[in-house]
Amino acid sequence: MSAAIDLATLWAFIIAFAVFVYVVMDGFDLGLGILFPLFPAKADRDVIMNSVAPVWDGNETWLVLGGGGMMAAFPLAYAVLMPALYAPIIAMLIGLIFRGVAFEFRWRTQRERNRWDLAFAGGSWLAALAQGIALGAILQGVHVEGRHYAGGWWDWLTPFSILTGVSLAIGYALLGAGWLVLKTEGALRDKAYHLCWYLLFAMLAAIAIVSIATPFLHIQYARRWFTWPNVILTAPVPIAVAIITVLLLRALANKQDSQPFYLTLSLFALSYAGLGISMYPYIVPQSITIWQAASPENSQLFMLVGVAILIPLILGYTGWAYWVFRGKVRGGYH
Amino acid sequence: MSWANSWGLNAVDLARAQFAFTMSFHIVFPAFSIGLASYLAVLEARWLLTGREVFLNLFNYWLKIFSVAFGMGVVSGIVMSYQFGTNWSVFADKTGPVIGPLMAYEVLTAFFLEAGFLGVMLFGLERVGPKLHFFATAMVAVGTLISAFWILSANSWMQTPAGYAVNADGQFVAADWLKVIFNPSFPYRLVHMVLAAYLTTALVVGAVGAFHLLRDQHLAGPRVMFSMAMWMATLVAPIQILAGDQHGLNTLEYQPVKIMGMEGHYQSHPDGAPLILFGLPDQREGKVKYALEIPRMGSLILKHSPDAPMAGLDTVPRENWPPVPVTFWSFRIMVGMGLLMFGLGLFSLWCRWRGTLFQSRLLHLFAMAMGPAGFIAVLAGWITTETGRQPFTVYGLLRTAESASPLAAPAVGFSLIAFVIVYFAVFAAGVIYLLRLMAQPPHPGEAGPPSHIPARAAGITPAVEGIAPEGIAP
Ligand code: HDD
Ligand code: HEM
Ligand code: HEM
Repeated sequence: MSAAIDLATLWAFIIAFAVFVYVVMDGFDLGLGILFPLFPAKADRDVIMNSVAPVWDGNETWLVLGGGGMMAAFPLAYAVLMPALYAPIIAMLIGLIFRGVAFEFRWRTQRERNRWDLAFAGGSWLAALAQGIALGAILQGVHVEGRHYAGGWWDWLTPFSILTGVSLAIGYALLGAGWLVLKTEGALRDKAYHLCWYLLFAMLAAIAIVSIATPFLHIQYARRWFTWPNVILTAPVPIAVAIITVLLLRALANKQDSQPFYLTLSLFALSYAGLGISMYPYIVPQSITIWQAASPENSQLFMLVGVAILIPLILGYTGWAYWVFRGKVRGGYH
Repeated sequence: MSWANSWGLNAVDLARAQFAFTMSFHIVFPAFSIGLASYLAVLEARWLLTGREVFLNLFNYWLKIFSVAFGMGVVSGIVMSYQFGTNWSVFADKTGPVIGPLMAYEVLTAFFLEAGFLGVMLFGLERVGPKLHFFATAMVAVGTLISAFWILSANSWMQTPAGYAVNADGQFVAADWLKVIFNPSFPYRLVHMVLAAYLTTALVVGAVGAFHLLRDQHLAGPRVMFSMAMWMATLVAPIQILAGDQHGLNTLEYQPVKIMGMEGHYQSHPDGAPLILFGLPDQREGKVKYALEIPRMGSLILKHSPDAPMAGLDTVPRENWPPVPVTFWSFRIMVGMGLLMFGLGLFSLWCRWRGTLFQSRLLHLFAMAMGPAGFIAVLAGWITTETGRQPFTVYGLLRTAESASPLAAPAVGFSLIAFVIVYFAVFAAGVIYLLRLMAQPPHPGEAGPPSHIPARAAGITPAVEGIAPEGIAP
């Protein structure tokens, strides 16, 4: 039995890892889409698109791993959460369709380019909001009976889930702005710096509000964070957020191009760790634990072999692809 | 109660319609990009080996088309992988431990591989050099094939489940992974589907070549692609027909009821079944009306003996019948397409022998008309397969009606409508862009994605409507 317990925990970490990689990687892609309306010039838009065109598909694949991996490793959780999050998931998929095809379509036409630019921005907004709303809906808990979701198809919609939706969109936009600082130069980069300031404060506000609201959702969340001796483990999280913020402010003030993006990543990592602290060991908060949802040991073991061999390989060649396209992106005619 | 229910539609029917609709869109793109990725690898290899510029031109030409088709395959595929959870949650819970890992392996071994090397394939030639670039192209091609391997294994397990046990929660669990992966129908389905993808691509390439040859017989690029495509049709169409025949014999062994549906065998034939060529199957009366049939031919094909007895649907309880009219007709459409492809292959061989491959207008018109035939056959084939196994999702073990999510009909209905609108808007635009790209012949010095510009991370391939972007600037 204890072997099974360890496997389920291990798989919870693997899925959490996949989702985290998705959030930060596709996060900056989506962030670029969110910021797109603020860059009306065609030349800027071309550069923005080109900065992610070679990698966006790989970034999105982590979402498929998160979803597919969950069906394989925690089928019960997948079967309960997907119907519970029905509308946000469908909205996310539709957003991702518009966003994804825009990468190719906008080069295929002069006349309809604005239409696909709109699809890129609108799709990114829709997907980001839907993902944030889904996160909020999971945190607030869903109504489960037996092995089924037993709520209605609008249960996900609450002020809290709207709050998390907007917060995630802000976070993605900050990541996107950090990416632009990293990958572009000249006026475009300066504008991105400018945006970083606003977005950073918006993101800090969002983190604060979500952190204050979460303990009110369930008494368990409050206990997890504020009771002794848990505090020893949880207190470092807000402290680290404060430190990263100071570093970020400094990097923005000194215009150190390579730093804002990675510091924002750390901010995401900390917020994500905070989520993990709140949820563990539930995969459907307050109703299904990772052990209840886990696939049989032999399914999890079978996949673990593949994960152990393939994930390092994937990280290797994905890193190589980023390396090939390293450096600042330039657009326009030469 | 609601509009959906008042039309007599329940959540399960709507979910089925949604699956069929989104899946039918998705399969069109992989069927094309599996073949095209391999074709691109061959073109690049021939360019590297011979140094002839025509191959590089063709490579760049089809690369642009590939990137558009691939993008549509990706976004429609992501919808598929989430649909098991949204609309078929009971199915996901019960089969997740068995087919979930197969699909997870698809992500790990195929999707990441394709996505990881795609950027370099599209934009990286100048940055990494021809050899490494060819490696990237080959990895994308291999990735598409690995993807087909795993997803077809998952689908075949649902058709012919093997190597499983059932646990206390009613979930299927694997008893033997090798038996799960290499379940009885999988090898046949894999061969037949991969050949189908190659044929589909060859027919599109051939049609595009023919279109340009009709205007000018001397264009180098269209001549090369037309000739290559016609060789594929000549060689692969007969193999595909043989593979289909073997696939059918395997189905007879493991899913005999599906064969009854495909053949329209409502009645049992104790001393030799006919081959019904055409007719109108009537599900309610349980017979094929106006049947045009060849006596004993059915037994001859399926049992290799003219008077072998064959059971019909009258031996099967009605609640286990597949929807015969659909299965019956879609099967005939696929076979008809296969025979036409065989005919095209023979005709092109004859013209080639006579030395009129690039001159025969009749051949070119025929090849153009056959451009969409692969897609039609693939869709018809899948409709045969999937309706033929109804009313089960896991054949004989889990009924479709018991697989669906506990959702209200309006939820599924609204999402179905949303997908229909979005798919028609988005993919129609995509197909128009593809056709526009194909309407231009490959030019000498065809622009590849322009990575020669220093420190550029990505490229622009020329837009079709005229203005040349930096890609073809000197
Ligand atoms: C270019 C495409 C193409 C062509 C020309 C053919 N097929 Fe096919 N067929 C397919 C593409 C396809 C497919 C899309 O790949 C299917 C659907 C599911 C599958 O496994 O393969 C299929 C399924 C399928 C099945 C269903 C098996 C099952 O579900 O258990 C049978 C019996 C055949 N085929 C037989 C044939 C025969 C006798 C053909 C001779 C002309 C033929 N096919 C031509
Ligand atoms: C690739 C081409 C495919 C096409 C065109 C296709 C088409 C269809 C159609 C028309 C149905 C509805 C049958 C009916 O309800 O009468 C169906 C059902 C189904 N298919 Fe497929 N299918 C394809 C491949 C797959 C694959 C690869 C899988 C799984 C890995 C799959 C899983 C299912 C499931 C679970 C159902 C049952 C739900 C339902 O009845 O709608 N299909 N498919
Ligand atoms: C016979 C059936 C199928 C075949 C041969 C097939 C093959 C492929 C291929 C080759 C791709 C790469 C994109 C492209 O080439 O256009 C792809 C994409 C995808 N397919 Fe399918 N597929 C099939 C059915 C399904 C089904 C049933 C699902 C859902 C479970 C699915 C999920 C996906 C996903 C998620 C992607 C996107 C991958 C990415 O992000 O790179 N496919 N499929």
